[in-house]
Amino acid sequence: MNDERPPHHRLGLIGLVALGGALGTGVRAVLTDLVPAVDGVSWAVLGINVAGAFCLGLLLDVLARRGPDVGHRRTVRLFVGTGVLGGFTTYSTLADDTARLLDAGRWAAGSGYALLSVLLGLAAVVAGLWTAGRLRGQERAR
Amino acid sequence: MNPLELLLVAVGGGVGAALRFVLDGTVKARVAGFPLGTVVINVSGSFVLGLLTGLGEAGTLPIPAVAVLGTGMMGGYTTFSTASVETVQLLRSGKTRLAVLNGLGMLVVSVGAAALGLWIGRNP
Repeated sequence: MNDERPPHHRLGLIGLVALGGALGTGVRAVLTDLVPAVDGVSWAVLGINVAGAFCLGLLLDVLARRGPDVGHRRTVRLFVGTGVLGGFTTYSTLADDTARLLDAGRWAAGSGYALLSVLLGLAAVVAGLWTAGRLRGQERAR
Repeated sequence: MNPLELLLVAVGGGVGAALRFVLDGTVKARVAGFPLGTVVINVSGSFVLGLLTGLGEAGTLPIPAVAVLGTGMMGGYTTFSTASVETVQLLRSGKTRLAVLNGLGMLVVSVGAAALGLWIGRNP
């Protein structure tokens, strides 16, 4: 089972990412259907993106603290991180919604929505990393 | 959204995520030090989504197709979570300028790309 090819050349791993991406996209589609955009601003997409950024920061840090990116750790990273969370969050919808707001002359709403998304995304990653550190500390204390 | 539509949107997302994985891996093997792969993916995906929704508005493309290819495939292809993580990684390694370029530059170019796509789609 010693496959030397890079992960993105391996059909099994590509399939794993696709499966995760389908799951994440499905959940995003259901959530955005349940919480429609208000006045051209999709709070559901903002919430999804921020939550996904938090989870990815947390996941990658937990995995990195456990050891090198090989074997089952890499499998989990590709399925949950690249696949599920990558498909759950979306950049194109953020860009498209912002472009529509700007096109409608709503500059404050458009730029505010886009900047708020990016800043909250960064804060969420930092919070995820911090949470991973706390979890690790608790594990050690036991 | 009916169950069949949801399934097709999810399948679209799976295809998009696989495309992202292969493209990002290919770029990463050639470019080190800056997450160019995610930038290329998010900018191109934003353009295509703008184009699709513009075509949908103009009535050129049926709305279910916009959902499967746009919400599904382009939604799964582009990613916000990885973009955010990569910006934080640049900040943490002291590459402040590259972090701003990644965080803000990608946003501006993606919005511009989506606007261009929208315009082309609305004016076929």
